[in-house]
Amino acid sequence: MATTTTFHREVEFVSPTRRRVMGVLFIIIGFGIWFLFSRPVEPGMKTEFGMTPGGIEATMPDMVLPSLATLNFLALVCIGVGIGQLIRPRGFGRYTNWLLGMIAAFFIFGFLTWAAAGKSISLAGLLNVSLSKAVPLTLGALSGILSERAGVVNIAIEGMMLSAAMTSCVAASITGNLWFGVLVGVLTGALYGVVHGVLSIRYKVNQIISGTAINIFSTGITSYISAKFLQHYPELNNSGTFPSWEIPLLSKIPFIGPILFNNNMFVYAMYIFLVLIHIGLFYTKWGLRLRSVGEHPKAADTLGINVFRTRYMAVILGAMMAGFAGSYFTLGSVGRFDEVMTAGRGFISLAAMIFGNWMPFGSFGAGLLFGFTDALASKLAILGVRIPSQFLLMAPYIVTMIVLAGVVGRSQMPAADGTPYEKEST
Amino acid sequence: MNDTKPQTQPEPEKKDAGKIFLEEVTAGPPKHLPRWKRRLQSAAVPLLAIFTGLVMGGVIIALTSEEVWQAFGVSFLEGLKAAWQSVAAAYSALLKGAFGSPSQIMAALASGDPKQIYVAIYPFTESLLATIPYIFAGLAVALGFRSGLFNIGAEGQIFLGAIFAAFVGYSLTGLPMILHIPLAFLAGALGGGLWGFIPGWLKAKTGGHEVINTIMMNYIAFRLSDWLLTGPMKRPGSFNPISPTIMDSAMLPKFFGDPVRLHGGIIIALGMAWLVNWFLFKTKWGFNLRTSGTNPRAAKYAGINVPNSIILAMFLSGALAGMAGGNEVLGVNYNLAMAFSSGYGFDAIAIALLANSQPLGVVLAALLFGFLRNGATNMMLQTGIPIDIISVIQAFILVFVAAPAIIRTIYRLKKPAEAEEAVVAPSWGGG
Repeated sequence: MATTTTFHREVEFVSPTRRRVMGVLFIIIGFGIWFLFSRPVEPGMKTEFGMTPGGIEATMPDMVLPSLATLNFLALVCIGVGIGQLIRPRGFGRYTNWLLGMIAAFFIFGFLTWAAAGKSISLAGLLNVSLSKAVPLTLGALSGILSERAGVVNIAIEGMMLSAAMTSCVAASITGNLWFGVLVGVLTGALYGVVHGVLSIRYKVNQIISGTAINIFSTGITSYISAKFLQHYPELNNSGTFPSWEIPLLSKIPFIGPILFNNNMFVYAMYIFLVLIHIGLFYTKWGLRLRSVGEHPKAADTLGINVFRTRYMAVILGAMMAGFAGSYFTLGSVGRFDEVMTAGRGFISLAAMIFGNWMPFGSFGAGLLFGFTDALASKLAILGVRIPSQFLLMAPYIVTMIVLAGVVGRSQMPAADGTPYEKEST
Repeated sequence: MNDTKPQTQPEPEKKDAGKIFLEEVTAGPPKHLPRWKRRLQSAAVPLLAIFTGLVMGGVIIALTSEEVWQAFGVSFLEGLKAAWQSVAAAYSALLKGAFGSPSQIMAALASGDPKQIYVAIYPFTESLLATIPYIFAGLAVALGFRSGLFNIGAEGQIFLGAIFAAFVGYSLTGLPMILHIPLAFLAGALGGGLWGFIPGWLKAKTGGHEVINTIMMNYIAFRLSDWLLTGPMKRPGSFNPISPTIMDSAMLPKFFGDPVRLHGGIIIALGMAWLVNWFLFKTKWGFNLRTSGTNPRAAKYAGINVPNSIILAMFLSGALAGMAGGNEVLGVNYNLAMAFSSGYGFDAIAIALLANSQPLGVVLAALLFGFLRNGATNMMLQTGIPIDIISVIQAFILVFVAAPAIIRTIYRLKKPAEAEEAVVAPSWGGG
């Protein structure tokens, strides 16, 4: 544990191997679409996509596509892009990642077209559910980004969320004020942040251990209070939820309008936090300092940045974000607290953070993807697809492991992440 | 494939093999003190951590008791009295649930009726029963710590061990007991080992961090068992997600008659503790693992294959955790159900730390946790205090063990020699 030695980050470039791997991958996906989805579909079938979430005035007519032609088109594009990637001397260069995203989206769209061939599926509804499922994941990932960018690993997001879910719900139930509930949730997070900070920064406790302790504590104390009080006094556990707000004009945009701009407060807050944290981290002095402490604390210290104070600030801010995410579970979603209701979402947030390469918008993308798999898993049975939903639910964890292994683009964790800083004694 | 080699992580400090060897020799409390005093000194922090954890639990019990608040409304002194009473009632119920009542045991022994004796010693044996999976899981995490790896995935490995053991337990028929039990138990170890091997291999070959990967593997294991229990491994004709009952020939034998459930698994667990101790501290392989853990660079210069050590350590760690799962299936439940593990894998982290990753210490820490958990069941029945208070107490113990400075500040202990200070746990970036 220690003072950090020099650590060179690899310069971002697309290596020849990676270019080839990607090209082959694209082609495999193309053939996969053809083999898995295209072949079983009969020629005359049509897939109907609902383009407006339920219960809202339609902004766009439903989209009816010929299943087979659509699938073949998707497959051909994938193969074409793959061949292009292989033939062009430097592939598609820095657009490779975007293409990877596009191809992945094609695969998913192909899957839906196949699964709903001869039927209809509400695409907008699915995306809307994905977005709301992505909210706690993205906020949790933002929480992780804030503290890990400053060099403190936080695996206690789960525990912080769980406790904040309970306190915010109870506070809102007692006062009848949802905003007060959110405030209490955020403060609960902050309290845990202080504990995590003191343990891992001041006492230099291993950050994983400190996080594990918080998780165990939080699971214990919330279940304890729930069993002891909430089950006997249901009035303490009935907060209600934030209503949906329709943003004028924006919500009238065809297709994406109702999906993105007719949600409750948490979704809009997520948009704002995404932008704020992105700008804050990468375009301000504050962010530069925060990141420098996470990359090379010794250098930062030499330049007069107070490493300890910066880390405390980052950990506590991150924990407040986790608290905010936690209050989503009760105040933004179901309106009551249930034991262990976060159900591992904090850990998926961690996965989303890694998948998003410790970047706010990357994590949002990952959160959307994971939220989508979650939303889709519950639809599989309705669509009559015989893939067990459990396998779909495993997907986020598996792709995170693949990304971490560096097969499809390595994610770069902050260099001094997880190493306590020790000022050299003078 | 990515063309990068596993990244060189920032190395903690430069030590050569000789220095490590010296540290191995000189580790431990200062030699000039008498032996019992040294023992006491190194046990002071864990013991005080346990004590403080229990006190904190008591504070929470008192704070959340409505009678206590009412009594404080009457007068401060009444409040204190009520608080003391509620905590005393809770902890005496816990003790009674963990050990049984001495008078009842004495009476039963005097009567000489085996049935009565079994009933009297039942609570005590149940505590021992609860200890067994903690020993296995604690050893798993401790072996990881000693090898510089943070195996936070014991929970998933326990699930895999249970799945494998249950499958071998119910699908193989007609085997004699002497064959079936070891086979099923080893299958459990293999299942857990496999689940540990994957993150180990990933760490060794790609540098993917084992903490993240084992967390992910945990959730993959949960989904996997969820699928198996609702699909391929579901008991025919059952509406619940539960596997078929294992064959009689795969059930670990019990020591006593009903209702005592204590079974042969405890002997295996104690044997494993001895074996892990021997392996880690008396064999070359164990030395390799520990050296790779404490200082990979020095290990490399000493000719140790560090990636292989990582893989081996994760496999063994997973196998130990898998045994915990196998033990629960073959000795307690006789089938696999979704909620069979109550977070053993996470409590195991606290156990390993409490034991400073010493296998024999793991047994003691596991006993503590087993007795706490079993006693808490009785506490819940008698006083209505939810069993979850145990997790809170365990979390406090974990914090206090991991941050000995807090304990020293509270109890004004002197800081011991430097060698003792090290809490054996790998750092995030240092592996």
